[in-house]
Amino acid sequence: MRLQGRAHKFGNDINTDYIISGKYKFKTLDMNELAKHVMEDLDPDFYQKIRPGDFIVAGTNFGCGSSREQAPLVIKHARIGAVLAKSFARIFFRNAINTGLPVVECDTDQIEAGDEIVLDLAAGVCENRTRGVTIPVKPLPEVMLRILQDGGLAAHFKKHGGFNFG
Amino acid sequence: MGQTIIEKILSRASGKKATAGEIVVAKVDCVMAQDGTAPLAIQSFERMEGKRLFDPERVNLVIDHSAPSPTEGISNLHKLMRDFAREHGCRLYDIGDGVCHQVMVESGKFGPGSVVVGADSHTCTYGALNAFATGVGSTDLAAALISGQMWFKVPETIRIICHGVLPRGVYAKDLILYLIGDLTADGATYKAVEYVGEAISALSQEGRFTIANMAVEMGAKAGLMEADEKTFAWLAAHGGNPGDFAPVNADPDAVYAAVKEYDVAGLEPQVAKPHRVDNVAPLSSVAGLKIDQAFIGTCTNGRLEDLRVAAGILAGRKVHPRTRLIVAPASRRIYLAALREGILATLVEAGAAVVTPGCGPCVGTHNGVPADGEVVISTANRNFRGRMGNRNAEIYLASPAAVAAAAVAGEIVDPREFVK
Repeated sequence: MRLQGRAHKFGNDINTDYIISGKYKFKTLDMNELAKHVMEDLDPDFYQKIRPGDFIVAGTNFGCGSSREQAPLVIKHARIGAVLAKSFARIFFRNAINTGLPVVECDTDQIEAGDEIVLDLAAGVCENRTRGVTIPVKPLPEVMLRILQDGGLAAHFKKHGGFNFG
Repeated sequence: MGQTIIEKILSRASGKKATAGEIVVAKVDCVMAQDGTAPLAIQSFERMEGKRLFDPERVNLVIDHSAPSPTEGISNLHKLMRDFAREHGCRLYDIGDGVCHQVMVESGKFGPGSVVVGADSHTCTYGALNAFATGVGSTDLAAALISGQMWFKVPETIRIICHGVLPRGVYAKDLILYLIGDLTADGATYKAVEYVGEAISALSQEGRFTIANMAVEMGAKAGLMEADEKTFAWLAAHGGNPGDFAPVNADPDAVYAAVKEYDVAGLEPQVAKPHRVDNVAPLSSVAGLKIDQAFIGTCTNGRLEDLRVAAGILAGRKVHPRTRLIVAPASRRIYLAALREGILATLVEAGAAVVTPGCGPCVGTHNGVPADGEVVISTANRNFRGRMGNRNAEIYLASPAAVAAAAVAGEIVDPREFVK
């Protein structure tokens, strides 16, 4: 899986309230509607700036806070290709894999806002075309790879009739 | 090699010796989702072609985030939950029953050694009952609804030893804020935390819930405590059968990622300043800051003990004319106990607005949204920008005593001046 797009840069500890505010998340199950409010409390115009396939690039502990699965879903429905961060909060990381949003741990200090990025998930490399550097990507745990390859946890469950990590 | 509390619980639940770093598939004893997460879990349940719940007796749905419903869109999501509960025979806690984590620990359905998953990040609260309890997303939860199982990476553990006894006017909330300030918002990411020591033993069960509740604010998967006579007294008082549970202690030679020791005897009241939970400072450093809204409630500090402390400060006094005080008892049971004890009369007489037990004001989903530029002091667990529904408000987190004192003074003030 090869993704290409521009970087939108954020800092450390981007919490799920910033990704999708509590005041919206309960109103509807229409993720396309909720996606219009992605990152709104940090950057009110963020949704307008996204071009399909762009990346969210952040520092440590991305997705901390609530367990709301709406957080990875709105990022996906805003047509962000993947989130690159130095580290992720635990629940968000699982939710992203379960819902099929690629999340990648790597040294994001080598990426600035607006840089052109090519991410090769299978090869495990992130290429910063603007700066001419190749950034290694931390491999996903085996269990998560299987879930992603099956198309998320719901598809994994349907396919195998339960967990199948054997 | 010895095991930590979470390694022992996951060993029992998975049927194999669980060591940090391994992946296990474990049985879950209890499952919970609330109205912000259950509708998506129901959607995932259907997507997985789930037909029935693994055990309806162990499944709990709670309507607490927008209760009673303020809009028709939310009403329809609540209906989805009610219909699902009726069809599948699981327990539905409806509007007014209370905050999910409080009704769960009041249920007596789980205790020492249990595994509980909840689609809400503060599910870690139940670690104060010596259970492994953790927050998950809706799709993970749907898999548990169908299979009664979940996969876990067995986490490493940080052991936090708290020596000494908290001084008068300093509470469990001050201690956990201090610990989060020290360990930081991602200091325990991908890890479990064990809280031990005489300062933890000296706390009431309610105070222990406050501490376990905020483990997730340092990134932890779970915050666990040992069980003692207070734990079993809590279970007995809430319909649980203490004989059904086997307390789990860590082995003396358990391996830890880190061991941190603190002496709480000199601790001052603490505050988390905007817009981060780990932006912690002594409360005295912000004394005199004008307060527009004070909020007492939430799964962190909406319990009877908390309301009692607040009433002790507000008795015979009035909420300052420049300040509003909102109170949300954490559950119907607490609401009734506070009514019978006269606590609510004291609070209302002082000028408090009491709202339905639930989560609304904490998360900006219902009731008590601050205006632009306003300053709020709250007993909640998060002060992220926008958390209470307005990105242009500033939220400070503190103990119920500090919030009650601020409501009286109209500004942040040392609560020890008010505590007899």
